[in-house]
Amino acid sequence: MSAFLSIRNLSAAIRGGPRLLRAVSLDVEVGEVRGLVGESGAGKSMIGKAVLGILPRAVEVVAGEIWLDGVDLLRLRPAERRRRIGATAALIPQDPLTALNPSRRIGRQITDRLVDILGWRRGAAEARALELLNEVRVPEPERVMRAYPHELSGGMRQRVLIASAFAAEPKLIVADEPTTALDVTVQKQILRLIAQMQARHGTALLFVTHDLGVVSKVCGSLSVLYGGLVVEETSVRDFFRAPAHPYSAALLAATPKYTDPAAGLNPVPAAVIDAVRAEVAAADRNWPHG
Amino acid sequence: MLLRRILTRLLTTLVTLLGVSVVVFVVIRVVPGNPIAMMLPPGATQADIDRLNALYGFDRSIAEQYVIWLGGVLQGDFGTSIQARQPVLRLVLNRLPATLELSIMALVIAVVLGGFLALTGTRLRGSRGEGAIDVTNGMALSVPDFLWGLVLILVFGVLWPVFHISGRVSPQYIQEFTTNFFLFESVLRLRLDLWLDLVSHMLMPALALAIPLAAIIGQLLKQSLKETMHLDYVTLARTKGYRENHVILREALPNAVLPTLTLIGVQFTFLIGGTVIIERLFSYEGLGNMAIDAVINRDLPLIQGIVILFAVLFTAINLIVDLLYAVLNPRLRHA
Amino acid sequence: MLDARGLVRRRLGLRLWLSGGWLLLLLFAALLAPWIAPHNPLEQDLFTSRLPPFWMPGAEPGYWLGTDSLGRDVLSRIMHGARIALIVAFIAGTATMLIGATLGLIAGYYRGWADIVISRLIDIWMAFPPVLFAILLIAVMGPGLTSVIVAIIVIDWTRFARVVRAEAMTQGAMDYVASARVAGQRRLGTMLTEILPNVLPTIGVLLTLEMGIAVIVEAILSFVNLSISTDAPTWGGMIAEGRLAIHQAWWVLVFPLITLFLTVLSFSQLGEGLKDRYDPVLR
Repeated sequence: MSAFLSIRNLSAAIRGGPRLLRAVSLDVEVGEVRGLVGESGAGKSMIGKAVLGILPRAVEVVAGEIWLDGVDLLRLRPAERRRRIGATAALIPQDPLTALNPSRRIGRQITDRLVDILGWRRGAAEARALELLNEVRVPEPERVMRAYPHELSGGMRQRVLIASAFAAEPKLIVADEPTTALDVTVQKQILRLIAQMQARHGTALLFVTHDLGVVSKVCGSLSVLYGGLVVEETSVRDFFRAPAHPYSAALLAATPKYTDPAAGLNPVPAAVIDAVRAEVAAADRNWPHG
Repeated sequence: MLLRRILTRLLTTLVTLLGVSVVVFVVIRVVPGNPIAMMLPPGATQADIDRLNALYGFDRSIAEQYVIWLGGVLQGDFGTSIQARQPVLRLVLNRLPATLELSIMALVIAVVLGGFLALTGTRLRGSRGEGAIDVTNGMALSVPDFLWGLVLILVFGVLWPVFHISGRVSPQYIQEFTTNFFLFESVLRLRLDLWLDLVSHMLMPALALAIPLAAIIGQLLKQSLKETMHLDYVTLARTKGYRENHVILREALPNAVLPTLTLIGVQFTFLIGGTVIIERLFSYEGLGNMAIDAVINRDLPLIQGIVILFAVLFTAINLIVDLLYAVLNPRLRHA
Repeated sequence: MLDARGLVRRRLGLRLWLSGGWLLLLLFAALLAPWIAPHNPLEQDLFTSRLPPFWMPGAEPGYWLGTDSLGRDVLSRIMHGARIALIVAFIAGTATMLIGATLGLIAGYYRGWADIVISRLIDIWMAFPPVLFAILLIAVMGPGLTSVIVAIIVIDWTRFARVVRAEAMTQGAMDYVASARVAGQRRLGTMLTEILPNVLPTIGVLLTLEMGIAVIVEAILSFVNLSISTDAPTWGGMIAEGRLAIHQAWWVLVFPLITLFLTVLSFSQLGEGLKDRYDPVLR
């Protein structure tokens, strides 16, 4: 287990129902940015949620291991797991408009983990929050600390959330489609900011997205998912040069090119879909619950 | 904006109160039995009856009586009770504290009980525990305070007689009080013995009033809490390492509580309305008990006074809740 | 998840069955009371006063649930009391519905002056303590079945009016109503053919709830001795007597109380069950 985050054969399913993750394995090294790519429903978000222990109640992990910093999270008691995740990992959520508590001041929402979980003094935590807000280039950080979420724009709130995620120097950050809910103009800034912050802090980053364009900008490696199955795991450079799996290739072909918008969209061919579906079915051959 | 809202609300409140007084006045004056004749000894002559009728103004038309009565009310004169031969206002204000203390105690119990049910239900959501709480709530909700009162009398007054089920305070203590706010006074004077005696009398009627409201609070608050628990900031708090209880109390509760607060305002007036029969049931010497006596004795001025006081109380509570909501809302508008 | 939903479905079904079953039993007992009640509910016999229910020592055969202080059979009185309770429930409930829903429909659909007047009336009514209002009305009209029914209508029409008004307002704002109007339908026609059918399920649910409330109000009125006449067998009257003799003859209180409890619970559970099952609006 050399990787900082190592997921081994993780299977998850709706309780008593169909499987959502099919023996997923993937590693994220310290300082690595790994993209999780797939269509909606491919299970990419589920992986992030499983790592952070926030799977929906209806979903349960049925098999596998999640090693975080040398410990298998799934073998810990719930209280210990929660504490451990809180101390070593953080989430950059999808929608900045709903991810901040409307009735609590921004400052408290950044410092709460430092004070309550990690035992910092309030003064130190506040200084740290200010430092981070400066780092993510929020103007007037002192005022923002005292503000309520509704007083800030969407882009500002996403910056606050990024500051909050990095505040405790976590070793792993899960970014769950962090730019999907933002305006296109803001998207680029936020993407660049996440990349800069990651580089500066050396954090391992699990970047969940459906957008291969985003992957090419931020990630070093990526895993392509279909139907809860990892169909390809490779470096970004190799992927864009020559994707190994036919589904990956089709996905890449289906993505509009920024360089050549006139090329148009190529939907994933039916034959490719059939082939990858057969793979998913094959993975389920030994699955007892159907 | 807020000022204008306050002014219009005050105006409609005034119209409502006038309407209430007209309705009471008209309804009461259709009373067939002559209350004056009932007051006099059997040998009284028609002249005696006429004299008393004139004294209480019953010989005039309803409209005239109303104008005279309203004129008196505006000067703080609600007339004189036929039965007790004392000013109505004094009688009513003497009893008001008893009813207020009972209602507020019931409200506190309802909020604590309902809040507990909602939080526990949220904590146990999706499990059998939640189902049990839902069933309990449904039962408590569909049975009114009157029946809960009877059940409590049976259980805690007869089967397991631990509480008093009659009266407001034990007779030997009545002389002790200098105000009519017994419970309040016992706390201020740090008289634990008095306080315990009062609570032992009030707990059962207060609980009877509180049970249905607790169920309503439990249901609505749990529903809002569960909706809030799905929101992203709650999930984010989980990833920070917080315990479930902490997540519910600090992240979800403050954002889920507003609809319940509004509801409590309206329901509190219903609860006060319930004191009428509950006070009767527990022989509790409050306004409601006095009101029923007044109706039975056909004490017209007293009935009027009590109904108007109840109406003032109700509309005042609604007014306060409305204004409170207007003040609270801007900050939470984006919730 | 799916399992849990199935469980809830089943419980709802059970709830409907239990409450409906109890109400049917009650209806049966009420209809046949003169023939199947073991005794005359008014028959006093001081030699058989305060007999305990059948399983206790000292019980007399034939007096299953014991007798009260005047020697009247508790079971027979409960059965005859059911007649009064159910008559009040059906007549007062239906009449309250007709009046309240009509006013609510008019206020909610026609708006304007009708709405202003009706809403103001509702406000005034909401400022009355309902029980006190009912007691006052009975005192004015004199005791009797009609007075009780009228009192319930007068104090509770607002319950229907409020809900139906709000519902009619929402429905009235919808496109299908506008299109019916554009198609040339008159207002009254639109109200009856477009709005009313959509509000009916809500009214039905409220009706069952109202029946339970009517039963309670009747019991409360007879509890303060203002309902029918003093010796008529009413549950509330029995409860009032039982309350006084609670330490000597608890059964005089307990059996009518259980009956009343189950009846009120059944009406409201029936309403809730119907709401969960059929009402697209309240669900």
